[in-house]
Amino acid sequence: MATKAIVGEKLGMTQVWKDDKVVPVTVLKVTPCRVVQVKRPEIDGYSAVQVTFGSQKESRLIKPQLGAFDKAGVEPGKKLVELRLDDVSEFEVGQEIGADVLEDGELVDVTAVSKGQGFTGVMKRHNFKGQRASHGAHRVHRMPGSVGQCATPARIFKGKKMAGRSGNQKTTTQNLLVVEANAEENIVLVKGAVPGPRGATVLVRDAIKGGK
Amino acid sequence: MNPTDQIDLESLREDIPDFGPGDTLKVHVRVVEGNRERVQVFEGVVIGRQGSGIRETYTVRKVSFGVGVERTFPVHTPIVQQIERVSRGDVRRAKLYYLRDRVGKKAKVKELRD
Repeated sequence: MATKAIVGEKLGMTQVWKDDKVVPVTVLKVTPCRVVQVKRPEIDGYSAVQVTFGSQKESRLIKPQLGAFDKAGVEPGKKLVELRLDDVSEFEVGQEIGADVLEDGELVDVTAVSKGQGFTGVMKRHNFKGQRASHGAHRVHRMPGSVGQCATPARIFKGKKMAGRSGNQKTTTQNLLVVEANAEENIVLVKGAVPGPRGATVLVRDAIKGGK
Repeated sequence: MNPTDQIDLESLREDIPDFGPGDTLKVHVRVVEGNRERVQVFEGVVIGRQGSGIRETYTVRKVSFGVGVERTFPVHTPIVQQIERVSRGDVRRAKLYYLRDRVGKKAKVKELRD
Protein backbone atom coordinates (compact mmCIF):
# COMPACT_ATOMS: atom_id res chain seq x y z
CA MET A 1 0.00 0.00 0.00
CA ALA A 2 0.93 3.54 -0.34
CA THR A 3 2.74 5.62 2.21
CA LYS A 4 1.31 8.86 0.90
CA ALA A 5 -1.64 9.75 -1.27
CA ILE A 6 -3.56 12.77 -2.44
CA VAL A 7 -6.69 13.32 -4.50
CA GLY A 8 -6.99 15.96 -7.21
CA GLU A 9 -8.58 17.05 -10.45
CA LYS A 10 -7.10 16.68 -13.93
CA LEU A 11 -6.92 20.09 -15.60
CA GLY A 12 -5.30 19.11 -18.89
CA MET A 13 -1.95 18.72 -20.58
CA THR A 14 0.74 21.17 -21.62
CA GLN A 15 4.53 21.28 -21.80
CA VAL A 16 7.30 22.82 -19.74
CA TRP A 17 11.03 23.29 -20.31
CA LYS A 18 13.42 21.36 -18.08
CA ASP A 19 17.16 21.53 -18.79
CA ASP A 20 16.52 22.89 -22.31
CA LYS A 21 14.26 19.94 -23.12
CA VAL A 22 10.51 19.86 -23.58
CA VAL A 23 8.73 17.77 -20.95
CA PRO A 24 5.08 16.86 -21.62
CA VAL A 25 3.12 17.28 -18.40
CA THR A 26 -0.37 16.71 -17.08
CA VAL A 27 -1.58 19.48 -14.79
CA LEU A 28 -3.38 18.27 -11.68
CA LYS A 29 -5.18 20.61 -9.33
CA VAL A 30 -4.78 19.37 -5.79
CA THR A 31 -6.93 21.48 -3.52
CA PRO A 32 -6.17 20.71 0.12
CA CYS A 33 -8.42 17.86 1.19
CA ARG A 34 -9.97 17.62 4.63
CA VAL A 35 -9.91 14.44 6.65
CA VAL A 36 -13.46 13.33 7.49
CA GLN A 37 -12.69 9.99 9.09
CA VAL A 38 -9.61 7.97 9.94
CA LYS A 39 -10.12 4.24 9.47
CA ARG A 40 -7.96 2.22 11.82
CA PRO A 41 -7.22 -1.52 11.61
CA GLU A 42 -8.34 -2.21 15.16
CA ILE A 43 -11.77 -0.61 14.61
CA ASP A 44 -12.47 -0.84 10.87
CA GLY A 45 -10.29 -3.78 9.91
CA TYR A 46 -8.12 -1.73 7.54
CA SER A 47 -6.27 1.54 7.55
CA ALA A 48 -7.34 4.47 5.41
CA VAL A 49 -8.04 8.17 5.51
CA GLN A 50 -11.43 9.32 4.29
CA VAL A 51 -11.12 12.78 2.79
CA THR A 52 -13.24 15.33 0.98
CA PHE A 53 -12.35 18.32 -1.17
CA GLY A 54 -14.01 21.40 -2.66
CA SER A 55 -17.34 22.54 -1.28
CA GLN A 56 -20.92 21.40 -1.71
CA LYS A 57 -24.31 22.84 -0.79
CA GLU A 58 -25.88 21.02 2.12
CA SER A 59 -29.11 20.62 0.15
CA ARG A 60 -27.27 18.50 -2.42
CA LEU A 61 -26.16 15.96 0.16
CA ILE A 62 -28.05 12.94 1.35
CA LYS A 63 -28.68 12.66 5.08
CA PRO A 64 -26.12 9.91 5.86
CA GLN A 65 -23.39 11.99 4.22
CA LEU A 66 -24.49 15.11 6.04
CA GLY A 67 -24.34 13.15 9.27
CA ALA A 68 -20.81 12.01 8.53
CA PHE A 69 -19.68 15.57 7.85
CA ASP A 70 -21.51 16.89 10.92
CA LYS A 71 -19.95 14.31 13.17
CA ALA A 72 -16.48 15.16 11.92
CA GLY A 73 -17.18 18.90 12.06
CA VAL A 74 -15.86 19.30 8.53
CA GLU A 75 -17.27 21.50 5.77
CA PRO A 76 -19.09 19.28 3.24
CA GLY A 77 -17.16 18.63 0.03
CA LYS A 78 -17.85 17.33 -3.45
CA LYS A 79 -16.93 13.72 -2.89
CA LEU A 80 -15.78 11.36 -0.21
CA VAL A 81 -12.63 9.52 -1.19
CA GLU A 82 -10.72 6.94 0.79
CA LEU A 83 -6.94 7.01 0.65
CA ARG A 84 -5.59 3.59 1.64
CA LEU A 85 -2.38 4.18 3.58
CA ASP A 86 -0.01 1.94 5.54
CA ASP A 87 0.21 4.21 8.53
CA VAL A 88 -2.64 6.47 9.59
CA SER A 89 -1.48 7.22 13.13
CA GLU A 90 -0.42 10.76 12.20
CA PHE A 91 -3.79 11.76 10.78
CA GLU A 92 -6.67 13.30 12.68
CA VAL A 93 -10.16 14.35 11.68
CA GLY A 94 -10.25 17.89 10.27
CA GLN A 95 -6.62 17.87 9.20
CA GLU A 96 -5.79 19.26 5.74
CA ILE A 97 -3.66 17.35 3.23
CA GLY A 98 -2.12 19.45 0.44
CA ALA A 99 0.21 19.10 -2.51
CA ASP A 100 3.20 19.38 -0.15
CA VAL A 101 3.04 15.63 0.55
CA LEU A 102 4.59 15.14 -2.90
CA GLU A 103 8.14 16.14 -3.78
CA ASP A 104 9.71 17.13 -7.09
CA GLY A 105 11.43 14.24 -8.84
CA GLU A 106 9.41 11.55 -7.09
CA LEU A 107 7.66 8.67 -8.89
CA VAL A 108 3.91 8.28 -8.45
CA ASP A 109 1.05 6.07 -9.59
CA VAL A 110 -2.04 7.89 -10.83
CA THR A 111 -5.46 6.24 -10.74
CA ALA A 112 -8.59 7.53 -12.48
CA VAL A 113 -11.56 6.35 -14.51
CA SER A 114 -10.50 6.29 -18.16
CA LYS A 115 -12.43 7.95 -20.97
CA GLY A 116 -15.32 5.81 -22.23
CA GLN A 117 -14.80 4.80 -25.87
CA GLY A 118 -18.16 3.10 -26.46
CA PHE A 119 -18.35 -0.11 -28.50
CA THR A 120 -14.98 -0.65 -30.14
CA GLY A 121 -13.39 -3.37 -32.25
CA VAL A 122 -10.61 -5.69 -31.18
CA MET A 123 -7.83 -3.64 -32.74
CA LYS A 124 -8.54 -0.62 -30.59
CA ARG A 125 -9.73 -2.54 -27.54
CA HIS A 126 -7.11 -5.30 -27.26
CA ASN A 127 -4.38 -4.10 -29.65
CA PHE A 128 -5.02 -6.96 -32.10
CA LYS A 129 -3.09 -6.76 -35.32
CA GLY A 130 -6.06 -7.04 -37.71
CA GLN A 131 -5.65 -8.80 -41.03
CA ARG A 132 -3.88 -8.11 -44.31
CA ALA A 133 -4.89 -5.32 -46.66
CA SER A 134 -4.77 -7.32 -49.90
CA HIS A 135 -4.17 -10.87 -51.24
CA GLY A 136 -7.85 -11.76 -51.22
CA ALA A 137 -8.73 -10.22 -47.87
CA HIS A 138 -12.34 -9.15 -48.15
CA ARG A 139 -14.04 -7.04 -45.49
CA VAL A 140 -11.92 -8.66 -42.77
CA HIS A 141 -9.18 -6.04 -42.39
CA ARG A 142 -10.02 -5.15 -38.78
CA MET A 143 -11.53 -8.51 -37.78
CA PRO A 144 -10.13 -10.72 -34.99
CA GLY A 145 -9.80 -13.91 -37.12
CA SER A 146 -10.53 -17.32 -35.64
CA VAL A 147 -11.93 -17.34 -32.10
CA GLY A 148 -11.68 -21.04 -31.31
CA GLN A 149 -11.41 -24.65 -32.43
CA CYS A 150 -13.94 -27.13 -33.95
CA ALA A 151 -15.95 -30.04 -32.42
CA THR A 152 -13.73 -30.04 -29.36
CA PRO A 153 -14.46 -27.96 -27.39
CA ALA A 154 -17.40 -26.85 -29.59
CA ARG A 155 -17.66 -23.60 -27.68
CA ILE A 156 -15.76 -20.38 -27.20
CA PHE A 157 -13.70 -20.11 -24.05
CA LYS A 158 -14.82 -17.62 -21.42
CA GLY A 159 -12.83 -14.44 -21.37
CA LYS A 160 -12.00 -14.57 -25.10
CA LYS A 161 -10.92 -11.12 -26.18
CA MET A 162 -13.60 -9.69 -28.45
CA ALA A 163 -15.13 -6.40 -29.51
CA GLY A 164 -17.22 -4.56 -26.94
CA ARG A 165 -17.45 -1.58 -24.64
CA SER A 166 -14.07 -0.16 -23.88
CA GLY A 167 -12.80 2.51 -21.55
CA ASN A 168 -14.74 3.96 -18.59
CA GLN A 169 -12.78 1.71 -16.26
CA LYS A 170 -10.63 2.41 -13.24
CA THR A 171 -7.11 2.61 -14.65
CA THR A 172 -3.74 3.17 -13.01
CA THR A 173 -0.70 4.58 -14.78
CA GLN A 174 2.44 3.62 -12.87
CA ASN A 175 5.75 5.37 -12.30
CA LEU A 176 5.01 8.89 -13.47
CA LEU A 177 7.57 11.51 -12.56
CA VAL A 178 6.48 14.47 -10.46
CA VAL A 179 7.97 17.41 -12.37
CA GLU A 180 6.71 20.02 -9.93
CA ALA A 181 4.60 19.95 -6.78
CA ASN A 182 3.50 23.47 -5.95
CA ALA A 183 1.74 23.57 -2.61
CA GLU A 184 1.08 27.32 -2.76
CA GLU A 185 -0.94 27.17 -5.95
CA ASN A 186 -2.14 23.62 -5.27
CA ILE A 187 -0.79 22.43 -8.62
CA VAL A 188 1.06 19.21 -9.36
CA LEU A 189 2.76 18.63 -12.72
CA VAL A 190 3.17 14.98 -13.63
CA LYS A 191 5.24 13.89 -16.62
CA GLY A 192 3.19 12.12 -19.28
CA ALA A 193 -0.47 11.27 -19.66
CA VAL A 194 -2.95 10.42 -16.95
CA PRO A 195 -6.19 8.42 -17.45
CA GLY A 196 -9.52 10.19 -17.72
CA PRO A 197 -10.99 13.33 -19.25
CA ARG A 198 -10.28 16.87 -18.09
CA GLY A 199 -12.06 17.46 -14.81
CA ALA A 200 -11.70 13.83 -13.75
CA THR A 201 -11.00 13.02 -10.12
CA VAL A 202 -7.56 11.44 -9.92
CA LEU A 203 -5.83 9.64 -7.09
CA VAL A 204 -2.07 10.19 -6.81
CA ARG A 205 -0.05 7.73 -4.71
CA ASP A 206 3.66 7.09 -4.35
CA ALA A 207 4.80 4.47 -6.86
CA ILE A 208 4.22 0.91 -5.67
CA LYS A 209 7.00 -0.47 -7.84
CA GLY A 210 9.21 2.52 -7.29
CA GLY A 211 11.49 2.16 -10.31
CA LYS A 212 15.15 2.95 -9.63
CA MET B 1 -8.52 31.01 -20.89
CA ASN B 2 -7.64 27.40 -20.39
CA PRO B 3 -6.71 26.30 -16.87
CA THR B 4 -3.32 25.14 -18.14
CA ASP B 5 -2.46 28.58 -19.57
CA GLN B 6 -1.41 29.72 -16.12
CA ILE B 7 1.36 27.10 -16.18
CA ASP B 8 2.43 28.16 -19.67
CA LEU B 9 2.84 31.80 -18.62
CA GLU B 10 6.00 30.94 -16.71
CA SER B 11 7.62 29.38 -19.77
CA LEU B 12 6.64 32.08 -22.30
CA ARG B 13 9.46 34.41 -23.29
CA GLU B 14 8.87 38.12 -23.57
CA ASP B 15 12.02 39.04 -25.48
CA ILE B 16 10.79 37.60 -28.80
CA PRO B 17 10.77 40.26 -31.55
CA ASP B 18 7.88 40.59 -33.96
CA PHE B 19 8.68 38.56 -37.06
CA GLY B 20 6.83 36.62 -39.71
CA PRO B 21 7.24 34.65 -42.93
CA GLY B 22 9.71 36.19 -45.38
CA ASP B 23 11.76 37.94 -42.70
CA THR B 24 15.46 37.21 -42.50
CA LEU B 25 16.57 36.27 -39.00
CA LYS B 26 19.77 35.64 -37.13
CA VAL B 27 18.98 32.99 -34.52
CA HIS B 28 21.61 32.73 -31.80
CA VAL B 29 21.53 29.13 -30.57
CA ARG B 30 23.35 27.89 -27.50
CA VAL B 31 25.31 24.74 -28.37
CA VAL B 32 26.70 22.49 -25.63
CA GLU B 33 29.83 20.57 -26.58
CA GLY B 34 30.92 18.35 -23.74
CA ASN B 35 31.10 20.79 -20.86
CA ARG B 36 31.74 23.84 -23.02
CA GLU B 37 28.98 26.07 -24.25
CA ARG B 38 29.10 28.39 -27.23
CA VAL B 39 26.70 30.36 -29.38
CA GLN B 40 26.02 29.42 -32.98
CA VAL B 41 24.25 31.78 -35.35
CA PHE B 42 21.75 30.37 -37.81
CA GLU B 43 20.82 32.97 -40.42
CA GLY B 44 18.05 32.47 -42.94
CA VAL B 45 14.56 33.22 -44.14
CA VAL B 46 11.51 32.37 -42.04
CA ILE B 47 9.35 30.16 -44.24
CA GLY B 48 6.51 29.71 -41.77
CA ARG B 49 5.21 29.88 -38.25
CA GLN B 50 3.04 27.12 -36.87
CA GLY B 51 1.02 26.50 -33.74
CA SER B 52 0.16 28.89 -30.95
CA GLY B 53 1.03 29.67 -27.36
CA ILE B 54 3.83 27.66 -25.80
CA ARG B 55 3.75 25.16 -28.68
CA GLU B 56 4.39 27.70 -31.47
CA THR B 57 7.34 26.99 -33.77
CA TYR B 58 8.97 28.68 -36.76
CA THR B 59 11.09 27.31 -39.58
CA VAL B 60 14.19 29.09 -40.85
CA ARG B 61 15.66 28.13 -44.24
CA LYS B 62 19.10 28.90 -45.56
CA VAL B 63 21.22 27.59 -48.40
CA SER B 64 24.56 26.38 -47.14
CA PHE B 65 27.20 25.36 -49.71
CA GLY B 66 24.47 24.75 -52.26
CA VAL B 67 22.42 22.58 -49.92
CA GLY B 68 19.15 23.83 -48.48
CA VAL B 69 19.07 23.62 -44.67
CA GLU B 70 15.94 24.14 -42.62
CA ARG B 71 15.73 24.32 -38.85
CA THR B 72 12.56 24.48 -36.83
CA PHE B 73 12.72 26.19 -33.46
CA PRO B 74 10.06 26.47 -30.77
CA VAL B 75 9.42 30.21 -30.36
CA HIS B 76 9.84 30.04 -26.58
CA THR B 77 12.75 27.62 -26.36
CA PRO B 78 15.45 28.55 -23.83
CA ILE B 79 18.24 27.29 -26.12
CA VAL B 80 17.79 30.33 -28.35
CA GLN B 81 19.71 33.15 -26.72
CA GLN B 82 18.55 35.90 -29.00
CA ILE B 83 16.60 36.43 -32.21
CA GLU B 84 17.77 39.26 -34.45
CA ARG B 85 15.60 40.43 -37.33
CA VAL B 86 17.87 41.43 -40.20
CA SER B 87 15.22 42.47 -42.70
CA ARG B 88 11.54 42.23 -43.47
CA GLY B 89 10.32 40.29 -46.47
CA ASP B 90 7.65 41.31 -48.97
CA VAL B 91 5.59 38.14 -49.29
CA ARG B 92 1.97 37.31 -49.99
CA ARG B 93 1.53 34.05 -48.19
CA ALA B 94 2.00 32.58 -44.74
CA LYS B 95 4.01 29.52 -45.75
CA LEU B 96 6.88 29.99 -48.20
CA TYR B 97 7.34 26.33 -49.08
CA TYR B 98 7.68 27.30 -52.76
CA LEU B 99 11.21 28.50 -51.97
CA ARG B 100 12.27 24.85 -51.69
CA ASP B 101 11.72 24.28 -55.40
CA ARG B 102 13.61 27.38 -56.48
CA VAL B 103 17.30 28.02 -56.92
CA GLY B 104 19.42 31.06 -57.51
CA LYS B 105 17.90 34.51 -57.79
CA LYS B 106 14.34 33.14 -57.88
CA ALA B 107 14.80 31.72 -54.40
CA LYS B 108 15.23 35.25 -53.00
CA VAL B 109 12.51 36.99 -51.05
CA LYS B 110 11.98 40.62 -51.98
CA GLU B 111 12.81 42.99 -49.14
CA LEU B 112 10.04 45.13 -47.71
CA ARG B 113 10.93 48.82 -47.53
CA ASP B 114 8.83 51.34 -45.65
